[in-house]
Amino acid sequence: MVLTEIKPNCKCKIKNISKGQMATKRLYELGLNTGAEVKVEKNDFGPVILRVYGNKLALGRGLAEQIEVEEVNN
Amino acid sequence: MHTIALVGNPNSGKTTLFNAITGSNQHVGNWPGVTVEKKEGFFTYKDEKYTLVDLPGSYTLGAFSEDEIVARDFVLKGNPDVVINVIDATNIKRNLYLTIQLLEMGANVVLALNMIDEAKSKKINIDIKRLSERLNVPIVETSASKKIGVDELLKVTVESIGRKTKPLEISYGKYIDQEIVNIQKLLENKDFLYPKRWMAIKILENDREIISLVSSDSEIKAYIDKLREEDKIFELDIVDKRYDYINNITRELIKEPENVLTTTDKFDKVLTSYIFGVPIFALIMATVFQLTFKIGQDFLGGYVESFIGYIATLVENLLISINAPELLVSFISEGFFGGVGAVLVFVPLIVVLYFFLAILEDTGYMARAAYVMDSLMRKVGLQGKSFISMIVGFGCNVPGIMSTRTLENKKDRMIAILINPFMSCGARLPVYMVFIGAFFPKNGGIVLFLIYALGITMALIMAKVFSKTLFKGEETHFIMELPPYRLPSMNSVFRDMWEKVWEFLKRAGTVIFLVVTILWVLSMLPAGVEPYSKESLLGRIGSFLAPIFTPAGFGTWQASVSLFAGIAAKEAIVGTLGMLYSPMDLTEALRMNFTTLSAISYMVMVLLYTPCAATIATVKRETNSAKWALFMAIYTFLLGYIMAVLVYQIGSLFI
Ligand SMILES: Nc1nc2c(ncn2[C@@H]2O[C@H](COP(=O)(O)OP(=O)(O)OP(=O)(O)O)[C@@H](O)[C@H]2O)c(=O)[nH]1
Ligand SMILES: [Mg+2]
Repeated sequence: MVLTEIKPNCKCKIKNISKGQMATKRLYELGLNTGAEVKVEKNDFGPVILRVYGNKLALGRGLAEQIEVEEVNN
Repeated sequence: MHTIALVGNPNSGKTTLFNAITGSNQHVGNWPGVTVEKKEGFFTYKDEKYTLVDLPGSYTLGAFSEDEIVARDFVLKGNPDVVINVIDATNIKRNLYLTIQLLEMGANVVLALNMIDEAKSKKINIDIKRLSERLNVPIVETSASKKIGVDELLKVTVESIGRKTKPLEISYGKYIDQEIVNIQKLLENKDFLYPKRWMAIKILENDREIISLVSSDSEIKAYIDKLREEDKIFELDIVDKRYDYINNITRELIKEPENVLTTTDKFDKVLTSYIFGVPIFALIMATVFQLTFKIGQDFLGGYVESFIGYIATLVENLLISINAPELLVSFISEGFFGGVGAVLVFVPLIVVLYFFLAILEDTGYMARAAYVMDSLMRKVGLQGKSFISMIVGFGCNVPGIMSTRTLENKKDRMIAILINPFMSCGARLPVYMVFIGAFFPKNGGIVLFLIYALGITMALIMAKVFSKTLFKGEETHFIMELPPYRLPSMNSVFRDMWEKVWEFLKRAGTVIFLVVTILWVLSMLPAGVEPYSKESLLGRIGSFLAPIFTPAGFGTWQASVSLFAGIAAKEAIVGTLGMLYSPMDLTEALRMNFTTLSAISYMVMVLLYTPCAATIATVKRETNSAKWALFMAIYTFLLGYIMAVLVYQIGSLFI
């Protein structure tokens, strides 16, 4: 499952990011590292908005499609 | 003198703290990436003077973008005695990622737990005492914008000078730890500035700078090559481990309520929505310019104009009454008041424009503008983040171009630099205003909006052209933090506004004054010539150039000379026209020398043609190339000229 498939207000865990090393490392360092739990706040058109730790992060759709996640039930 | 550096994630409040401590007026804004260069200031504590350095925000010491490189270089090479690591208390874990790297380096860190007011109102509970023990660094709670905790921070910082620190050692797991030890052994007995373990980790993190530093040693280089071959570069694993470490040490120390719907979320529902996002942005910009026009021009402008007129008459009468030489009277009344005065008339307009731009920057809307523009920007080969540099350009193109430093990708950055001048800066506003005053007194707001819209459109078209021709390359990604909306503090709005207005005044007193003086002299020569006439030296130069502009409808020598004066600084266009046509009223003079159509084509030219000298110099510095600066100067001139000719020629068919 990839990030763009997660519905708004759902949480998910990052599994893997398949993208060029530059963007991947940037995302990891921003807190989207393996196993990190994030909440999807907006996912319709345009960039996806996530809540990672205490902040909101907007990610272009193309990039979000490269992020493999696993849904978390709560 | 001891040096103290402010380091931290973007938008954590470093510059606000810097201003509070040093009393400086550095630019503050509520979006990540406001500060892009190093700034120094001073403060005195207990009769001793200290240097404080404000740095651009960075998420990591392994820098990605130009602004992060500035911060990293200072931390690594600037030898600060103490590093004040400013962290956002509402987002501690992510902020600690950088802290961990500073501690691993063995930097002498003091943590400023900033935005503590927001953390408290969000009911985030932090056990500071135990966090400080676990990290082995002093922590001070601050609220930079409310000036809370600043004295305490200074006290702790000064006390920390000379504190012995031991680099933090965290375990990266058996495998990586072993590799760290191996590299450390190789580094032993070699003379490097940094802690060996830290360097070893950086090498395994694939840090280009550290690798090139150690690569001078052939043995180490061979080892690194071997690691690469065996795919033993552990960039991502190291990040994971650092976050594990952070999660571990903060366990039980930070308690925050489950995310509740905040005001920011509610605003974002509308402001970032697919349907309303872009229209709201257009509406906000239109409102800003409309209000600038109404308040700055219609409401306040008149007072300043009459005031300057009053002073001018007073001074002129005084000079005449004391029998001052005729030349001096002419210089003061026509050169100074006619020229510089014509620019000063627009101070209220500039004040109002910068006031609104400062409010826009402080609310947190900038990041949302970038968000909603992302899809449009993507169509022209850029990404949303580039849009921020464009909005900054509305104030002035120099900081606009500087702010492209935050773009990680070279191609994005080059294009963003090259299109920035089409974002019409505050200095061009006076030019439009005099023409609007003369030709469109009733529809000024609309005309102004159209000019700005044309600027944005040209910027987007050229971005597309450049991304198809000069800078092909991979698609880039939009990654941007959206800070919470904040109520702009009037203090900081007025400070930012004042800084820019002061720049405007300074330019009027220096560059504009100089240009006007030189042109005044040229229009008095050769001796005995009718001043400001076609036969004067200036008139002859202008007449030589004028035919070029005939196809665009403004082939008068005055209009041509003014355009060239405008390359020194854009307000000089108004200053020059004002002087050359004085003592006639400028509005009257324009009505006699331009038609409505040629006024439009002239405004189009002013919008698009060669940016001012300061902007060109900035392009040279930021691209590190005189060629690009020259390219910028020429292509904009051609584009402006072609557009002005098109407007005039096509318009002539209809009128
Ligand atoms: N509520 C609150 N807001 C703050 C505090 N400190 C700073 N701010 C606001 O946070 C925003 C960012 O402040 P800056 O000082 O520009 O942040 P910076 O760390 O210099 O940011 P960059 O230069 O982009 O790295 C501004 O809107 C400030 O008004 C604080 O203690 N409390
Ligand atoms: Mg700053």
